[in-house]
Amino acid sequence: MVHSLPVLIMELGFMAMLVVVAFAILRMRSLFAIVMLQGVYSLLSAAWFVSLDAVDVAFTEAAVGAGISTVLMLGAMLLTDRDARIISTKQKLGPLIVVIIAGLAMFYALGDMPAFGDAHSPANAGVGADYIAATRNEVFLPNVVTAVLASFRGYDTFGETVVIFMAGLGVVLLLGLNGNAGKWNAKPNGQCIAARNKPPMKIASVPKPQKPKPKRQVAVKKKVAVKKKVAKRKPAKPKAGGTS
Amino acid sequence: MNQHLILQVVSKMMIPLIVLFGFYVQFHGDFGPGGGFQAGVIIAAAVILYALVFGVDAAKKAVPPSWVRIGMTLGVLIYGGTGVATWLLGGEFLNYTFFAPASTHAAGQHWGILSVELGVLCTVTSAMLAIFYAFASRMPDLPDEDW
Repeated sequence: MVHSLPVLIMELGFMAMLVVVAFAILRMRSLFAIVMLQGVYSLLSAAWFVSLDAVDVAFTEAAVGAGISTVLMLGAMLLTDRDARIISTKQKLGPLIVVIIAGLAMFYALGDMPAFGDAHSPANAGVGADYIAATRNEVFLPNVVTAVLASFRGYDTFGETVVIFMAGLGVVLLLGLNGNAGKWNAKPNGQCIAARNKPPMKIASVPKPQKPKPKRQVAVKKKVAVKKKVAKRKPAKPKAGGTS
Repeated sequence: MNQHLILQVVSKMMIPLIVLFGFYVQFHGDFGPGGGFQAGVIIAAAVILYALVFGVDAAKKAVPPSWVRIGMTLGVLIYGGTGVATWLLGGEFLNYTFFAPASTHAAGQHWGILSVELGVLCTVTSAMLAIFYAFASRMPDLPDEDW
């Protein structure tokens, strides 16, 4: 299948926007903005999938990637920090080498990829053609994807359903459906808060400007204060392994 | 919470439409894009939107955690039960043709797919809500100045 010029331009535009968003995510420090940009990334790739005629995949990407996972990432962010840690250039060197090698390997493998929409590619020539033919004669459904998913590959979908069930079950067993209501504790910005001694919510607190003192003294004082806090809060800590 | 009045009014109008669209995707999955998984995620997203705007406690009143727990298991049971039913009707596991063996337009397949997708819908909606409830209940309330 050959795409018309406007569609081709649109696809290239989507891919360019994906790259721009990816770089924006890399350069950003505020985790809130990063989570939102991840949602934008998912939505853009969903639009791209539509232009590639993969409507079912696009649907899933939009619902799961842009909808649910954004919310879950927001929840994870609320339980941890609001800003990403600063990473020194030295620490970035290892990952950079891995990424470059993996990227080069992908470009090397690109030569073996079938052309887009190639009727003789392994995915289209083998069992795929049989499914398309059999859907018309045996299942009588216009949507081949649903027929393959629910009928021809019913076992696989059963397995997937069980996997989702297990994921939900695992979270419920570990955290409880009420999230151990009244027993949780979280550490936003290194400040330990728990349900019982919930402070008046001031997570994004700005450090107070201090009078110029010798730096060392301030640091020692802070340490002592933290220790005191920990000692005070220990009895209120939840028992390990508590479930709802 | 009065600061979020516009959000509340708008989402009150949107949520029924989102759920309706979810059911459309569910039952139209045989003919257009979509199916149980997408519909389940959309319906879960509607409840999550409600929780985001009105608070997790309000959402728990609307969709109690016990429903979520039951729905999660029920979905897998519906899916597996469909397979067992085809077994009892004399066919292989999940061979839907045996629901209506005499049909000329594969009605058995249609019934089987519908039932299986219903199971997927139940499990996906409930599992997504279970994960959301589990995490959201641990979250400190978002202070108003952080919005």
